[in-house]
Amino acid sequence: MSSFKRDKKEEEDGGINLFQNIEKTTVLQEARVFNETSVNPRKCTPILTKLLYLLNQGESLSVKEATDVFFAMTKLFQSKDVILRRMVYLGIKELSSTADDVIIVTSSLTKDMTGKEDIYRAAAIRALCSITDATMLQAIERYMKQAIVDRNSAVSSAALVSSLHMTRMAPEVVKRWVNEAQEAINSDNVMVQYHALGLLYHIRKTDRLAVTKLIARLTRMSLKSPYAACMLIRITAKLLEEEDSGNDTPYFEFIESCLRHKSEMVVYEAAHAIVNLKRTTSRELAPAVSVLQLFCGSPKPTLRFAAVRTLNQVAISHPAAVTACNLDLENLITDSNRSIATLAITTLLKTGAESSVDRLMKQIASFVSEISDEFKVVVVQAIKALALKFPRKHSTLMNFLSAMLRDEGGLEYKASIADTIITIIEDNPEAKESGLAHLCEFIEDCEHVSLAVRILHLLGREGPKTKQPSRYIRFIYNRVILECPSIRAAAVSAMAQFGASCPDLLENIQVLLARCQMDSDDEVRDRATYYSNILSRSDKNLYNNYIIDTLQVSIPSLERSLKEYTQNQTIQPFDIKSVPLAAVPTSEEREKKHKTEGMLISQGPVRPPPVSREENFAEKLAAIPGIQQLGPLFRSSEVVELTESETEYFVRCIKHCFAHHIVLQFDCLNTLADQLLENVRVDLDPNENFEILAEIPCEQLHYNQTGTTYVILKFPDDDLTSCVGTFGAVLKFVVKDCDPTTGIPDCEDGYEEEYMLEDLEVTLGDQIQRVGKVNWAAAWDKAAEGSVEKEDTYSLSSMNTLDEAVKNIIQFLGLAAAERTDQVPEGKSTHTLLLSGVFRGGIEILVRAKLALADGVTMQLTVRSPDDSVAELITSSVG
Amino acid sequence: MEGYLLEPTLYTIKGIAILDNDGNRILAKYYDKNVFPTAKEQKTFEKNLFNKTHRANAEIIMLDGLTCVYRSNVDLFFYVMGSSHENELILMSVLNCLYDSVSQILRKNMEKRVVLESLDIVMLAMDEICDGGIIIDADSNSVVSRVALRNDDIPIGEQTVAQVFQSAKEQLKWSLLK
Repeated sequence: MSSFKRDKKEEEDGGINLFQNIEKTTVLQEARVFNETSVNPRKCTPILTKLLYLLNQGESLSVKEATDVFFAMTKLFQSKDVILRRMVYLGIKELSSTADDVIIVTSSLTKDMTGKEDIYRAAAIRALCSITDATMLQAIERYMKQAIVDRNSAVSSAALVSSLHMTRMAPEVVKRWVNEAQEAINSDNVMVQYHALGLLYHIRKTDRLAVTKLIARLTRMSLKSPYAACMLIRITAKLLEEEDSGNDTPYFEFIESCLRHKSEMVVYEAAHAIVNLKRTTSRELAPAVSVLQLFCGSPKPTLRFAAVRTLNQVAISHPAAVTACNLDLENLITDSNRSIATLAITTLLKTGAESSVDRLMKQIASFVSEISDEFKVVVVQAIKALALKFPRKHSTLMNFLSAMLRDEGGLEYKASIADTIITIIEDNPEAKESGLAHLCEFIEDCEHVSLAVRILHLLGREGPKTKQPSRYIRFIYNRVILECPSIRAAAVSAMAQFGASCPDLLENIQVLLARCQMDSDDEVRDRATYYSNILSRSDKNLYNNYIIDTLQVSIPSLERSLKEYTQNQTIQPFDIKSVPLAAVPTSEEREKKHKTEGMLISQGPVRPPPVSREENFAEKLAAIPGIQQLGPLFRSSEVVELTESETEYFVRCIKHCFAHHIVLQFDCLNTLADQLLENVRVDLDPNENFEILAEIPCEQLHYNQTGTTYVILKFPDDDLTSCVGTFGAVLKFVVKDCDPTTGIPDCEDGYEEEYMLEDLEVTLGDQIQRVGKVNWAAAWDKAAEGSVEKEDTYSLSSMNTLDEAVKNIIQFLGLAAAERTDQVPEGKSTHTLLLSGVFRGGIEILVRAKLALADGVTMQLTVRSPDDSVAELITSSVG
Repeated sequence: MEGYLLEPTLYTIKGIAILDNDGNRILAKYYDKNVFPTAKEQKTFEKNLFNKTHRANAEIIMLDGLTCVYRSNVDLFFYVMGSSHENELILMSVLNCLYDSVSQILRKNMEKRVVLESLDIVMLAMDEICDGGIIIDADSNSVVSRVALRNDDIPIGEQTVAQVFQSAKEQLKWSLLK
């Protein structure tokens, strides 16, 4: 009895620590017990549990360790202990991917699977399928077929689920079991029915007719399992989406009828499907929305969440349909689950009419202090969308935002508010003055340095263009007196902007800058001296180049170039022109960004900030001999496809432009399993002006692999007008027939083969980098002297709207639109598009296109550039 | 409109986790290779999930692009994860099954200590609920009957010595408590 007590005490103490301090090596050591001649389940089960626990905690075994313990585990089949046996199955599944020779247990598992003990059979099937490969599958095929139609539902389910797992590995074999799956679908057991439907659909999904038949049969027989019903709704919805007919089909009727199903799960699935079908009309939406409305009042948080999330989606496409639920949604704003509350607000903000904005904002104000920062950010994003939708409401929204700015909050929250205000300012000129005023007030008392610096920068850019620039100076100069060095430095820069843009303020600014030259911080003093010096020259050109439009290069590239420069000992001065320029994002890219915001409550894990495409390519290209000496990469084009996507060989091209050369990168994909391609290259037929300097072939191209071959061309030197052209291209290679499964060629010799590609165009856009101008007009005036101006008038008869014309011109020339002129105001019949960019070799280009709409679009194009031939090239290539 | 029609597939569950009251993993399984492929990412996610859920008893949350439903009891936290477009009610049904099964296995003694004592059975139950992301069974009674190893269901003659020991211990404990 005493020993029993002690034992018990140890257990009590050890109970919680049972799994705390275990180590891999100890457990593997202990696992040797498995090899003893008589298996003791009392000893072995805890050891096996510990092992599985370790694996579950993320511990990994080497192949040898895994194999050893796997083989030891197979000894445990001797024991009749139920738990131990089941744990062995689990162990087999866990180790099947790391250990070698796992098929050794096939016979033991097959025995269990076909044996009498029902408690083993289902689990044995699932374990068996985890160790089986395509060839072994044939051997157990007979058992699998039997198991699928087994009377025992667990066995049948296990067989169906395992079959589905195995379709990835041996789709052909599993396809032969379709009859058994058909039979299983009639099972009385709900889960068997669900699994059978899943397998059957997976096998048949590429066969449209079979899917149609499946749906027709199952919609009539009313499935017992709610899971199967959900599955069937998804299948039907997919079919509906792919079909072109209207919604008056029996399929849609079926989905609609599911709205009256007795299981909430199915009802929701049906509503969700109707909402997400592209072609659903508002009338058809009504029953789904009313079901969701009902769910909004449910006591179950999950149901409310599901309903609000779906309504949120409806609000994007059919805001009117959701208005009926506004009352319910307003009740949800105070929901204890903050995800639900936030979704409710954002939905309301999306559906809200202009008239209800004020009321909604009041409501949000009442609870905004209670929610966490994360949700506040979502609210702010919703407000941003609202502000873009109803520009006239900017004063209400702006007041609200500035109130939020004054509240407590973290950096991310404050930054998102500042972002929103900045977006509103940029989008809506009327809101500019009040927005800037709010921001000025904010920096008076802002504890986030990075945010203050950003706002000061913005003030410097936008302030001088307002009616009364002088009023901002006080706010900015206050920062110089009160803040830390980095903010002071930003403030100095901002003041200099005013000095450069507003001549009447120049004198005062000089006085302030002179004071800043006494600053205690180096950076602040340097900046002040620098700006005060430039401003004292009163030279417009200097202002433009060194204060208003500063560096246009991409910063990471500059950093890299400078590092390289300091490492090479050279007496030549550093040439800033050799650094790649930073491209400004196009309006489409910006729009895309706006759309994704505010959709989800949380995005995935934060990704590293994207490096420019040129940066990426530059690194790759630098590794290739012959390309490095061409100088820095100027611009890489979008991907151009030179074949249809489903041909034998799939070829895409990226054009990399250098100062005097162009490198064509051909990415080739071999889609034929029985061919190995060697010495793959692209034979170009350029016009005589281009000179092919080198071809870099791809040595080997295996099935389903992408290989790259390059062609280096030199641009014609003298004549810029011949820099654009269309080249014929042929893919040339040596084919070796090979075994489709192993990829090893059948014989040593191959034969030459050719494959015609589509023609490749080298366009003007490939040779121009988009570079934005902050002050386009100033640059334009400056270019009046010292630059060549070319002008021409064109009629663009194929364009029907100004919008279309603007998009096409931007795309064709590859230039950046300045001052938001890429957006044509509605209802106008004339528009002026202002563009800027840099031609390869660092030649600046400014383009003004005046467009008029009348029977097609008429365009007057004026180009200013320091280089005569570049200007000529642009005017000549348009049209 | 952005179509979020769900692809008809049985692979519904992205992950299942049981955490303790410090947010440490007791058991966890992830079924999609594209969702948290490494143990480190998984644990970071679990910590994050726990921090966001252990105070608010709100049943559902969206995190890192996943919809997570959860339930807790004393020092145990149960989570089921699915894609952000998944039918939340299906996920909830799986969570309820997991919770009820464990509760039955532990005979309503829902505590970390007890879970660790019967970890083998809990592992088996989890395996019976979800296999590689497919819901095998969502009925807790049927799950428990499949791991069917409750002592009182098996006649004393067929019980292992350990089981007899266990039940004797249990009885002794109760008698001491009285």
